[in-house]
Amino acid sequence: MLYGLCLLAGLIAVFLLVEVVYQVIHGASPAISKLGLGFIGRTEWAANFGRYGAASAIFGTVVSSLMALIIATPLGIAIGLYLAMMAAPPVRAVVGPLVEMLAAIPSVIVGFWGVDVLSPFVARHFEPFLHGAFGFIPIFGSPQTTGLSVFSAGLALALMVLPIVAALSRDLFLTVPGDLKDGAAALGATRWEIIRGVVLPTTISGVAAATVLGLGRALGEAIAVLQIIGDGTGIHVNTFLPGSSLASSVASNFQYSENKLEVPALFYLALILLAIGLTTSLLARWIAGRFDVNRTLAR
Amino acid sequence: MTGLSDTFIRHPSLPDPSAPLTASGNLRRRTIVSRTIEVVATASAILAVAMLVDVAFTVVSKGAPALSFGFLTQNSNGLAGGGIANALLGTIVIVAFAALLALPVGVLTGIYLTEFAGPRSRLANILKAALDLLQGLPTIIVGIVVFGLIVSATHKETGFAGSIALAIIMLPMIARSSQEVLTLVPGTLREAADALGVERWRAVVGVILPAAAGGIATGAILSIARAAGETAPLLIVNSLYNPSHTQLEIFGQGVPSIPMYIYTTYDLPAPSAIARAWGAALVLLVAILAANVGARVLLARSRAKMGMR
Amino acid sequence: MTGEPSVSARRGDVAVPNRVRIGADRAATPTTPRVTPEASREPRREVVFDIKDMSAYYGDSQALGWTTLEIYRHIVTAVIGPSGCGKSTFIRSLNRMNDGIPGFRVEGQVLYHGHDVYAGATNRVEVRRRIGMVFQKPNPFPKSIYDNVAWAPRNLGMRDGLDGRVERALTHAALWDEVKDRLRESALGLSGGQQQRLCIARALAIEPDVLLLDEPASALDPIATASIEDLMHTLKHRYTIVIVTHNMQQAARVADRTAFFGLDTTGAQRVGTLIEYDDTQTIFRQPRDTRTRDYVSGRFG
Repeated sequence: MLYGLCLLAGLIAVFLLVEVVYQVIHGASPAISKLGLGFIGRTEWAANFGRYGAASAIFGTVVSSLMALIIATPLGIAIGLYLAMMAAPPVRAVVGPLVEMLAAIPSVIVGFWGVDVLSPFVARHFEPFLHGAFGFIPIFGSPQTTGLSVFSAGLALALMVLPIVAALSRDLFLTVPGDLKDGAAALGATRWEIIRGVVLPTTISGVAAATVLGLGRALGEAIAVLQIIGDGTGIHVNTFLPGSSLASSVASNFQYSENKLEVPALFYLALILLAIGLTTSLLARWIAGRFDVNRTLAR
Repeated sequence: MTGLSDTFIRHPSLPDPSAPLTASGNLRRRTIVSRTIEVVATASAILAVAMLVDVAFTVVSKGAPALSFGFLTQNSNGLAGGGIANALLGTIVIVAFAALLALPVGVLTGIYLTEFAGPRSRLANILKAALDLLQGLPTIIVGIVVFGLIVSATHKETGFAGSIALAIIMLPMIARSSQEVLTLVPGTLREAADALGVERWRAVVGVILPAAAGGIATGAILSIARAAGETAPLLIVNSLYNPSHTQLEIFGQGVPSIPMYIYTTYDLPAPSAIARAWGAALVLLVAILAANVGARVLLARSRAKMGMR
Repeated sequence: MTGEPSVSARRGDVAVPNRVRIGADRAATPTTPRVTPEASREPRREVVFDIKDMSAYYGDSQALGWTTLEIYRHIVTAVIGPSGCGKSTFIRSLNRMNDGIPGFRVEGQVLYHGHDVYAGATNRVEVRRRIGMVFQKPNPFPKSIYDNVAWAPRNLGMRDGLDGRVERALTHAALWDEVKDRLRESALGLSGGQQQRLCIARALAIEPDVLLLDEPASALDPIATASIEDLMHTLKHRYTIVIVTHNMQQAARVADRTAFFGLDTTGAQRVGTLIEYDDTQTIFRQPRDTRTRDYVSGRFG
């Protein structure tokens, strides 16, 4: 009896996933048939004229998520190393949970913080500094005054991805067997050499999987990005300009769409986002599965 | 195997054994490198904590002015002001119903994966993959799917639809944490039950589940805390509601909720709107952090119990 | 120096055989040097470790106490005794491998070639570079055999002649012939005995001054054990070796001097301490302390 119930529960879970994918495809199909694959390349979004394009949103998603990844991955690994290898146990017991709490902050609050605190700071100090020092690189173009930009959205996403990478990395580093670290230490190696020679090589694929998980979080974030990324269209190299992302576009336009084709077009955006999201999840599983720590150590 | 000394060519960097025990050879440079990395790592940790403090400080300083007993106990009064009582109740009702749906399915799925599925079971692998993929779904997509399934059919946005969406979001978390906790239950318990000739389901319900109860509760609390803060799905399927009424019946109409309150109040053209939004945010943040701390304590206690068995 | 010097020839050249008799006053009572007429006087051996009144604590719990002895150069010193008597704590304290354990501290004097191992100015990494260690369970890195041996020399900047250094180290660990054709293969594919010899080669590759071995053969089968023991006889000409073992026959086979650690139960806690320290022959044939005699005869038969 219990077996039957459990089996049913499992099947419900599988069914839900299938249903989600089906529904997104189903919802998007009118738009797919009407707009075709060119949808992916167009940047315009004018519902009244029946013109829809995903390119701005895809660009904003890619840039802000990549930015979040570039910032959060090294920082997260560094924090993981600190917690696992350097901090004294009482410090680790306090700082560890604090870092994890960063991940528990709801996105709407991160969004508000981003609008009220982060964006003004970025607009007043960060963007002008970067433009002044590195303005020759096109991504650091002229800033505009509100600070609501792809750049700020990337920073906020980094804040949300960081604790994921940090906590998972810390857990991974703690699984490295003590006798391996002892063996390295007994050979007169410095702490960094132990990390570089033993800890990182044995956990590298787990860390990679954690990074991809963090990427998934960044890709799917709608509310915080919606508030911080401003309201821009088009593809600009300058990250200090406002933009849009796949998730945020769906979130902002869905309620107000009256046009017959807009909802399917939004589903079409969601389909692209879903495809990217599923791919990253599968990638994370594949990486973690191929080289998990236990296999590497063959113990 | 004799006369080792003549086959070793003494490397110039080898220290004289009787020299003082300070850095010899290239150790000084290597120590600087190692220390620098330690400084960078420590600074990163400090940065992360500083960010947490900054966000928390922002929420507290902007939200505290709005807090009052009235704020917590009165319903919202639209533009005029009021409190978050109805939004709080709405969130509690929606999330409770979502938990009612997600907890049994999630725990049973966890039981299936640990107690019934073989290690090489095809279904188990598919199930684990499905749970991972469900967990990674952007919540906005869950929102629009539930919209398409339920709201389109019923032609209205309801709290019920919100609960369904939240349940889908909570399910994979509960399933995974249940599975992890159940795996930790010592095999000796299962063996003892088997040796006594007890039926499988009795063993699970009577022995294994109680042993894992603490961990499962922890997972449940954490996923409830996360669901309570989700805005995106509610924005899609539960955004039409009367903001000043207490609405406990979720099946026929929209239900106010804290995330939606925060999101909508912020933009209202009323003088106290921003403060009220932050006030609600403060309440939400405190609740979520308290749940996290509580779950941690619960986990530590249940771990201690299992360790002592 | 050729051939295997027998233990008995060592008798006359030891300066002061130290022995601590645990009594009410806990004072170390050095006895006068024993000189046997037939032994020739050989030059006094250099002291590598000069340990006086050493105690070790894990937090409030004392694991080791009142240990005084000198360890001499270019011989094998065995540390024997029942489990829980602080043997591992003792040997790991010599190269500060216990530092990572929270709450651990050492009191008393531990001098290495006259320098305080636990002084504030002492560089821990440098200590381990000179005093290497091989552990009970073989712990090769998940790298190739070559990279396992070459890892530490690379860190130390020994890049010239690295191939030769690796070959020498593996040869001196009696492993070269078995692995010379598969240096690039993973070290994890070796048998237990081979892995342990690889760990020894790894330690030898940086040419330490002292080699500490913490029950190196306890996880190995008899044949692998025998090969490890054979190594001791040759390595000691180059290195100073301290080996912890719970196998008394092994101590009798490889060691020149033996330290017997036991439990002191007179105080409130059970604390491990050095009970008798002498030439191996003496410890096993004519131990002076009853506890030594009990331990040694209980197994020796």
